[in-house]
Amino acid sequence: MKLNMSISPHVRDKGTTRSVMLDVAIALIPSIIIGIYYGGWRAALVVALSVGSCVLCEFLYDKLMHKKNTIGDCSAVVTGLILACNLYSTAPIWLPILGGAFAIIVVKMLYGGLGQNFMNPACAARCFLLISFPSIMTNYPALDGVSSATPLTAFASGETVSLSSLLLGNHVGTIGETSVIAILVGFIYLVCRRVISPKIPVCTVASAAVFLFIFGNMAGESVTLSYMTVQLLSGGLLFGAVFMATDYVTAPVTNWGQVIYAVVIGLLVAFIRCFGGSTEGMSYAIIIANLLTPLLEKATQPRPFGLRKEKAK
Amino acid sequence: MKTALERLYNGIIKENPTLVLMLGMCPTLAVTTSAMNGLGMGLSTCFVLMLSNLIISLLRKFIPESVRMPAYIVVIASFVTIVELLMQAYVRSLYASLGLYIPLIVVNCIIMGRAESYASKNPPVASFFDGLGMGLGFTLALTIIGAIRELLGAGTLFGFNIMPDSFEPISIMIMAPGAFFVLAVLTALQNKLGAPSATNKKSSESCAGNCAGCGAACAFRAEAKEGGDGK
Repeated sequence: MKLNMSISPHVRDKGTTRSVMLDVAIALIPSIIIGIYYGGWRAALVVALSVGSCVLCEFLYDKLMHKKNTIGDCSAVVTGLILACNLYSTAPIWLPILGGAFAIIVVKMLYGGLGQNFMNPACAARCFLLISFPSIMTNYPALDGVSSATPLTAFASGETVSLSSLLLGNHVGTIGETSVIAILVGFIYLVCRRVISPKIPVCTVASAAVFLFIFGNMAGESVTLSYMTVQLLSGGLLFGAVFMATDYVTAPVTNWGQVIYAVVIGLLVAFIRCFGGSTEGMSYAIIIANLLTPLLEKATQPRPFGLRKEKAK
Repeated sequence: MKTALERLYNGIIKENPTLVLMLGMCPTLAVTTSAMNGLGMGLSTCFVLMLSNLIISLLRKFIPESVRMPAYIVVIASFVTIVELLMQAYVRSLYASLGLYIPLIVVNCIIMGRAESYASKNPPVASFFDGLGMGLGFTLALTIIGAIRELLGAGTLFGFNIMPDSFEPISIMIMAPGAFFVLAVLTALQNKLGAPSATNKKSSESCAGNCAGCGAACAFRAEAKEGGDGK
């Protein structure tokens, strides 16, 4: 009898980085289609430039540093798509190019490429652009028949926002964040394909709801049902929870680590929205939680089976 | 003359306090929001460094070993006060923009490091030129960092508008993160070009921070000593 000896792992899944990234890209398509439908050719241009810039930067960096070409894993494409979803369709053409270059070169490649970055590249690039060009990044596009302010801003100034426009996405917002239905389609696709577990998105939104309720009351807002609906369904909260907080590289791998991480994001986003100067806070919340990931993983490391806890000396 | 030139070269290039020894990071990161601020901070530190090195070197035989640190501080603080009052009198705008960082020159570790590792062991003229070299090296580094940050973050250089009108200033560059970006990129370039740098193996091989096996006087050693005293 012939015995085959090898070290573990003995069973391998067919999944590769490339297949995971392609799944995420597919899940982003509904949101992007909605964004292009409302934003027109300008939105399509922003998406194309952002993706092009990310892929080109990764290619050039690999070439210049004499490293193996890594654009085949498609992670740069996903970074570019997510970054574009975070921009308004009115962005000047150099904005997605600069953002893509920052995301790929500074946030990802300088730290050693995919798997080594400690912050979500697209999210960090959005924060970089938001801090650097506050006026351009909050220059909302005007849609036909829709007031030119995001639902969060509009609601803060006393206007009402209809639920159907939040679901369908015909309101002002960044390319990817407007339609709740499109984001949910992407979410369900990712969960069905087992690319992400629903844990992080669900915990994030749930904790954001709880903390928005608490902080909203503390900040003296009238916390009504419509306040909660607008807060939860508009802005970057859902998009961030589904596509950016679930990044494999920058989210914890442990079970409880993921839960705490998601709760921290919900807490921070509620805190920034209720007490901060800006009506939006999802990207800051995510990158701050990204920084906590190593600590959370250390604190929630599972106990190997059969191992007893050593007594503290 | 030869020592003087050697000291100048050492301070500006070989052991540049900011770009190679990575000392004085607090003013480096905090005040380099424009080229002018960098230059002003560098020159005032240079002035203090030259004169404190000279005086400490002259007094090196009289200062008892056990109270050397307080003695150095008294000398350094006197010169910093002079600089502060002079700046307040003649360059008020620069004084206002540097603010708290002028009095903080007293605890600048470049000055303490040079006093401890060079001026207290060497004759006055060499110490003076050591201070001049280190001060100019610091000035050079701060001006370069300030110029890059000002150019990208405000589109100007020494206050003159030199970027085209369509240029949108990247304002993060004149905030705190910009200082880290520029310093990191400069260090990376030094490594790439094989110039002396804090992380370049080639240039620091003679030392590599291994102070125990090294008899030479250097700023690393002064740092290690200070750290040891602190514990």
